[in-house]
Amino acid sequence: MPKMNMIQAINSALDIMLERDPTVCIFGEDVGYFGGVFRATVGLQERYGKHRVFDSPLAEGGIISTAIGMGINGLRPVPEIQFSDYIYPGFDQITNELAKLRYRSGGEWSAPLTIRTPCGGGIRGALYHSQSPEAYFTHTAGLNVVMPSNPHDVKGLLISSIESNDPVLFFEPKRLYRGPFNGDPHKVPTWTNQPGGDVPEEYYKTPLGKAAIIREGADCTVITWGAMVHVSRKAIEQSGLNAELIDLRTLVPLDIETVAASVKKTGRCVIVHEAPRTTGFGAEVLSLVQEHCFWHLEAPIIRVTGWDTPFPHTLEWQYMPGRKRIVRALKKVMQE
Amino acid sequence: MADSQAELHKARESASQSNGQDGKTEPCLRVPEAPHRPGEEPRFSRFSQQPGDLHRPDPLVDYTELRPHANGLVRVLDDEAHASGPWNPEIDAETLLEGLKIMVRIRHFDSRMLTMQRQGRLSFYLESKMEEAVATAAGLALHPDDLLFPSYRQHALMLIRGATLLDMACQCIGNTRDNAKGRQMPVHYSWRQGKIVSISSPVGTQFPQAVGAAMAADYFGRPQVVASWLGDGTAAQGDFHYAINFASVYRPPIILNVVNNQWAISTHRNIATGGRSFAARADAYGFPGLRVDGNDFLAVYAATAWAAERARRHGGPTLLEMYTYRGGAHSTNDDPSRYRPADEGRFWPGGDPVERLKQHLIHLGAWTEEQHESLNQDTARTITEVVKEAETYGTMNEGPYDPPETIFDDVYEELPPHLKRQRDELLGEQD
Ligand SMILES: Cc1ncc(C[n+]2csc(CCOP(=O)(O)OP(=O)(O)O)c2C)c(N)n1
Ligand SMILES: [Mg+2]
Repeated sequence: MPKMNMIQAINSALDIMLERDPTVCIFGEDVGYFGGVFRATVGLQERYGKHRVFDSPLAEGGIISTAIGMGINGLRPVPEIQFSDYIYPGFDQITNELAKLRYRSGGEWSAPLTIRTPCGGGIRGALYHSQSPEAYFTHTAGLNVVMPSNPHDVKGLLISSIESNDPVLFFEPKRLYRGPFNGDPHKVPTWTNQPGGDVPEEYYKTPLGKAAIIREGADCTVITWGAMVHVSRKAIEQSGLNAELIDLRTLVPLDIETVAASVKKTGRCVIVHEAPRTTGFGAEVLSLVQEHCFWHLEAPIIRVTGWDTPFPHTLEWQYMPGRKRIVRALKKVMQE
Repeated sequence: MADSQAELHKARESASQSNGQDGKTEPCLRVPEAPHRPGEEPRFSRFSQQPGDLHRPDPLVDYTELRPHANGLVRVLDDEAHASGPWNPEIDAETLLEGLKIMVRIRHFDSRMLTMQRQGRLSFYLESKMEEAVATAAGLALHPDDLLFPSYRQHALMLIRGATLLDMACQCIGNTRDNAKGRQMPVHYSWRQGKIVSISSPVGTQFPQAVGAAMAADYFGRPQVVASWLGDGTAAQGDFHYAINFASVYRPPIILNVVNNQWAISTHRNIATGGRSFAARADAYGFPGLRVDGNDFLAVYAATAWAAERARRHGGPTLLEMYTYRGGAHSTNDDPSRYRPADEGRFWPGGDPVERLKQHLIHLGAWTEEQHESLNQDTARTITEVVKEAETYGTMNEGPYDPPETIFDDVYEELPPHLKRQRDELLGEQD
């Protein structure tokens, strides 16, 4: 099976969907001739023409709102927001319009957008090239929220997202584009020979709303998504514990069955995410675990998260949850 | 689910066909293309506008008087670097020399910082090559009390407002001498003592803030002017339009600069707007817009001084389009030869602002090639020393930085209880 990194897998998914569905079109800042600042759309304009893959003015509010109009009038747009830190000029259009269009029209109107956007830290991008804003969107009914953690899933989930008639916020942890960063910025493996690095050339779907068990275990359950999947996997190895690791992959809709079954089995739960703690999506997961698994819990649930601060530049690695922070939490959850 | 999906698909298909009378349609969505891409020969025509073309009215005239300026080009230096015409600000050679020296320092500083980034000693860098006059001349034409809201490409303002190259190098490294405590990426300066507001990465956000700051100046009745800058690409943001509209309503003392350097990363300005002139946008809002040769130090100085006088005499806002060219890559993250001809800059009819001002000073008899050469050498030497000294306060790779617990400072004025707890958690991690 071909090896792909995440960028190649995204490019492959977009290529397939442009080919299969003439209503799919891609636009955003620098995505046309240049192929995107992260190179995700390289070659697509040349292959499919300028009206299918094109540059937009530098205005995220304009990108989202015109994409909604295109969606309303028969297209299936896949706009790119260059960094998820820059999605906010489109926030009103996403949360008040895109998310509510179907509901407020009694099901008459909808716009099947898939908004692709790189997220997360670890590239020395400081406050505005590092954010993980997924929780803002999970809080708004009517949006699906996806954050894959490897090339195989990113392709399958992107195809599912584009085919979904509901809007999808598709977050791509940019730190994982070229390799499964697992906590050490100086030693990032490539995707070759890594789980998830084998990507079929052809069309396939990874279902929305299904979590993946990355590693089975009996001691405790670690629930995470995005770049923290790989950091957590490494931390579990280092802890010597037999922890079960769950990659949520889709935050909305959430696969609570897989999560609850695991926590009921292990009785202990650690939730890891890169975004800040207060009202991060971990708070929702924690509540659900409490609701579904209270009588099986043997220890308080622990969250490992980014701090409740903006994302700093030089102190990036003191900000990002690392292996050490996760190992500590694992030890602590086992002690109780 | 599958059924409704199929239905929707059908609906969509018929929707996409319903625009043609005969049921047959051809795609006709118009997407502009950049004038030159790699492998093509850059073709720019020479500026048709000459220094004497546009009159310089009293700054309090009605905006309709400035219509020719919004679509023309305010110039002072001609193609041979001689100054003429009504916009000639007639500034002394001393000020011109000061401007030249600042531009030379910025250019050397930029090139040294780029080298440091390539060597892995900076995380990122972004230069202002070939557009140094935009910030330098404007900065010198304004009063030191005027408040500035720059974008990330007006470094020269830092030097004009009293920051040193050492201050700037330390910010870029993010070491213990960085006044912004290592919080931001390189070139995202903040310099309160020189009235430069903290630069943000999300483009354009500063523009309407600057208008608000100018409204505050009027609120207090202060004789202060506020100036802001953003790029041609950024002029597509909603924030640009909020800014010009609020400015048109309250008419505060604001100078809004669109630095049209032709490119926004790989996106040519013809994707930023379908219009021909950014300056002309002001006309629709009832205030003057002027297009200015941004590589002509004297023209930038003159237009800024004119707008500042208008603002100070309660004439209200001015929009200035600084017509220039982005001489380098967007930043250290892109290679421009992938999206524009590598030599495009050589054909730019506006030339090089440093070269033009230098030639002008030579014509005036105030400068020589030899002096310029030794200025280059001295500047390069100074910057070597600056970098060496800067790294004594910490390097990007080895630090020292501000200590980890400072992550929690300045989120609020005082540390709230939940951040105290998180700080203790972080400190517990350190051992
Ligand atoms: C809101 C927002 N969207 C996207 C970006 C990414 N970005 C940074 S600079 C830039 C291009 C800016 O071009 P322009 O306004 O012409 O200014 P220039 O860089 O040419 O000075 C883009 C797209 C950003 N920083 N902020
Ligand atoms: Mg530009």
